[in-house]
Amino acid sequence: MAAEPTAARPPSDSTNHGLRVVVAWLVLSAIATPLVAVFVGHLIPPGNGSTQGTEQVFDNTWMLSMVTPVICLLAVFFVYGLRTFRASPGAVVDGPPLRNDSQIQILWIVCTSAIVLFLAGFGTYELLQNGAGGGQGPNPIAVPAGQKLPVQVIGQQWEFTYRYPTLGGFESNHLVLPENTDVELNVTSLDVIHSFWAYELGVKADANPGVDNVAFVKTKGPLTFHVRCAELCGLWHGYMYNNGRVVSAAQFKSWASQQQKLYAAIAPYMNRSPDKGGAPYAKTYFPAPDRRAG
Amino acid sequence: MRLGVKLLLVAAAVAVAGVVIGFYVSNLTTLAGSSSYSLPHGEKNGHPVVDLVFQTDAAVGPKLSPNPDWVSYLIRTKGGEWKRDTVWDLPANATVHVTWFNFDGASGLRNPYLARPQGVDGNQIRVYGKPVDHIDPNLASHTFAVPALGIIVAAPGVPDDAKRPCGYGPCSVVKNSHETIKFTFHTPAKGGHFRWQCFVPCAAGWIDGFGGPMQTIGYMDGFLNVKA
Repeated sequence: MAAEPTAARPPSDSTNHGLRVVVAWLVLSAIATPLVAVFVGHLIPPGNGSTQGTEQVFDNTWMLSMVTPVICLLAVFFVYGLRTFRASPGAVVDGPPLRNDSQIQILWIVCTSAIVLFLAGFGTYELLQNGAGGGQGPNPIAVPAGQKLPVQVIGQQWEFTYRYPTLGGFESNHLVLPENTDVELNVTSLDVIHSFWAYELGVKADANPGVDNVAFVKTKGPLTFHVRCAELCGLWHGYMYNNGRVVSAAQFKSWASQQQKLYAAIAPYMNRSPDKGGAPYAKTYFPAPDRRAG
Repeated sequence: MRLGVKLLLVAAAVAVAGVVIGFYVSNLTTLAGSSSYSLPHGEKNGHPVVDLVFQTDAAVGPKLSPNPDWVSYLIRTKGGEWKRDTVWDLPANATVHVTWFNFDGASGLRNPYLARPQGVDGNQIRVYGKPVDHIDPNLASHTFAVPALGIIVAAPGVPDDAKRPCGYGPCSVVKNSHETIKFTFHTPAKGGHFRWQCFVPCAAGWIDGFGGPMQTIGYMDGFLNVKA
């Protein structure tokens, strides 16, 4: 009976691998982090279509820049380990013994905790500035100062329509906003849960039936942006999209005037009481869906 | 079996599964339940002109569907036959004259705003020859809406006390009580794939009226395949 081959102990190694890894990591991080911040940051969605969009790009650039050294450390450790501790073909040799190192463990826990806590604080601070384009529910905490143009977003299977309560209360199936304006979006639904996502504006807010979900956005210059539903809402969810526009103040005034004329025909019916099938402007609506007569 | 071969087999299986799922989803969201019907067209001033004639029935009937009680659109073909096809091929940059025979009763609109015709010539429709720029939302029976083209048209329902109500489709324009709605719209010059649907929650017996025929292509929704 042949004897089992005995694993040989590796030769003692006086190389300071830790120092090598740290130096390589520092060099790589010093090169990669500014490159990522400068050349990748501005490519991060949603772009600069609104103040909130710009702030999201800034936030995402910051976060990406902070995780770049972490990714560099993993990459350096991985590559260094593969190259340095690779067994020779055919050799039956144990790897170096692993020992507990409380200093490294504490350092790791402290560093990762600091990064996570910093990002949590940073994210919370940014969120409190103006809501970061997200739906804040019916009682928003982060409310931008000054005058705002209220626009109601109404989700229904399968289209968004928009009401402008301060402009005669007209409703439209097009979302048009004036440039350089603070807009208060009151997002709700007539049926199931939708999610209003104006991509280039950096706005995303759930449209829940019976809920007035408020989001804020400040437009910049003229822009065509995409509006999509971001909540699976039935057969045509995938087709629940459209384009919106940010236009000059004069163009917006002209468009609003046209819409008011178009809306005049249906206004008397809209202004009837809900029990008569009307829908006068309200924060939420409870349409009766059970009037099926056919 | 070698590891490389195993990995290759797994990758191939995943790829095949992905393609099958892709085909299934693609079929489900485009043509499932309804074949595509190419509408014949003439020409006027160098532009295609199409006559699109359809009817809406409260119950499609056993001849045209395994779900005879489902509400449905039916399109009239060149030979005068009524078919349950809701995916229609249309030429680009065309003028489409629509004649809509509605045999169904009123359900009412969930959003009264949709009772205002839009995206059609003059933002008006003709109900029994009379031009109107709105209907009473409470009396709406169905809508023909193409959201991506901004088209919204609601049709009034047949009164509950109509003398000759239609039971099962296809209903007869001669024999059964109905409303006739006419309007004209234009297809875009570039062409494309546009979803159309009914916005009235008209699926009787389903939660909120939005199940069954409202969630199945070939009844209350479909596509306009506009070909450039």
